Amino acid sequence: MMAVAGAWRALKPVAFIAALLPLLGLIAALLQMGSASLGPNPVRELLHATGKESLNWLLITLLISPIREISGQWQWLTIRRMLGLWAFFYALLHLAVYVILELELDWSELTQEIIRRPFILVGLASLLALLPLAATSTQRMMRRLKKRWQQLHYLIYPATALAIWHYYWQVKADVLEPLVYASALVLLLSWRALQRSNAFGRLD
Amino acid sequence: MTRKRMSPRAGHILPSEITSERDYFDKPSPIARRDVLKTLGGGMLASLAAGSVTPATAATERTAKIAGVKPSSRYRLDDVNSWEDITTYNNFYEFGLDKSDPARNAGRMKVKPWSVEVTGEADKTGVFTLEDILRPHPLEERIYRFRCVEAWSRVVPWVGIPLADVLKRFDPNSRAKYVEFTTLMDPMQMPGQRRAVLDWPYVEGLRIDEAMHPLALLVVGVYGHWLPNQNGAPLRLIVPWKYGFKSVKSIVRIRFTARQPRTSWNLAASNEYGFYANVNPAVDHPRWSQAKERRIGQSFLAPRVDTLAFNGYADEVSSLYRGMDLRRFY
Repeated sequence: MMAVAGAWRALKPVAFIAALLPLLGLIAALLQMGSASLGPNPVRELLHATGKESLNWLLITLLISPIREISGQWQWLTIRRMLGLWAFFYALLHLAVYVILELELDWSELTQEIIRRPFILVGLASLLALLPLAATSTQRMMRRLKKRWQQLHYLIYPATALAIWHYYWQVKADVLEPLVYASALVLLLSWRALQRSNAFGRLD
Repeated sequence: MTRKRMSPRAGHILPSEITSERDYFDKPSPIARRDVLKTLGGGMLASLAAGSVTPATAATERTAKIAGVKPSSRYRLDDVNSWEDITTYNNFYEFGLDKSDPARNAGRMKVKPWSVEVTGEADKTGVFTLEDILRPHPLEERIYRFRCVEAWSRVVPWVGIPLADVLKRFDPNSRAKYVEFTTLMDPMQMPGQRRAVLDWPYVEGLRIDEAMHPLALLVVGVYGHWLPNQNGAPLRLIVPWKYGFKSVKSIVRIRFTARQPRTSWNLAASNEYGFYANVNPAVDHPRWSQAKERRIGQSFLAPRVDTLAFNGYADEVSSLYRGMDLRRFY
């Protein structure tokens, strides 16, 4: 019993480190430590890596509820908000790389890009949808919003869908990977829908 | 600015002979700083990076050196990219979609023996060995700017022959208005062809006057060495005033034709990739701007540079398109 409780206590730090590792990897590659490198086009690599990490952690965050339900272990919920915040952090980093390194803080170009390239707008919409979630991720906000907190945080679904759309749209020819992400999201949504209908079934 | 950059340099030194010096300047970060970081547990972080970031492919082995290459006095440029930049960052979807895939997977392609089928509107058609095609021509080194449609660029010392010199030997007839080039089709050697990312084999084409322009180069080498497979061995096209996808690799067929060839990227997305595909900062790709480009092989802090009309070769090629609306014929 003690050992099990210890293992649950380790869950949070382990999850934290798992989400931190990609960031450390990027920093090492950026500084060219050892054999780590971003290759001949570092800005593009940073852009793609941060975007993908954000998507990965969004989907992992969405995976927590099913894991909890299936395993029957409520402790899984203790890492969900933190993982969502990591997804938001990588999304912010993605935006920062785009605006600072890719566009070199050229604001008129940024405006032009947002107007002309719908996939940029879709990405931005995804980030904006995540913003209130990050802002209300504290214990205090949870208590204050009560039931509305859960409702607000369903925004993670459209945010993830928009992020996948953003990815799909910018791919040149091979849409396999964005489609894998899309399928994962559809799977997670269907599972949730199924859970709901089951719950209603029991009520009747 | 273009003229100044392209002016002949004193003395003809092959870049392959001054690689060590160039490699030194190519390093994006000062050596001293890197050494300090290495001692700060860089090894551990480096192994972390390998898991999350596509690691740079290990320096690719050099192919054999080509004997008797004459450096062009006209096409010289400074700031040539390193061998690694040129041979580890490639779009060659036949070997995978990631830029590092070709360097990893192209080794299995067999480039010896190699032959090219010449067909269509010409008098001397048939199948020719690569040696037959190359034999009469002196090999020349030309340093060209290379601009990818994805808005990155590099400067490459190619070794080749003016395309026109080769094409003329096949005696194209008066109906030959276009030339079509086809890449090898063999999913056994080219694993990327097992998935229908593009309609294989890869096909590209030029108008006959573009193909006969002295800038168009039939390339067999880079940096004084034979082409590595990932760069389109053993025979590829380089059309420096057009986006890179026009410069078809590993050519097995040349066809002279009266009608405009149906080219791969144009078939895949005609609103994004035109038949002409001339480098043009004024005409954007629908999903990104073409006004600027990122020179690869530089630090992540290096700013982009302005893209030049016809990739800096406007003086030489703009007359080919006189009277054409370049917005329509992108």
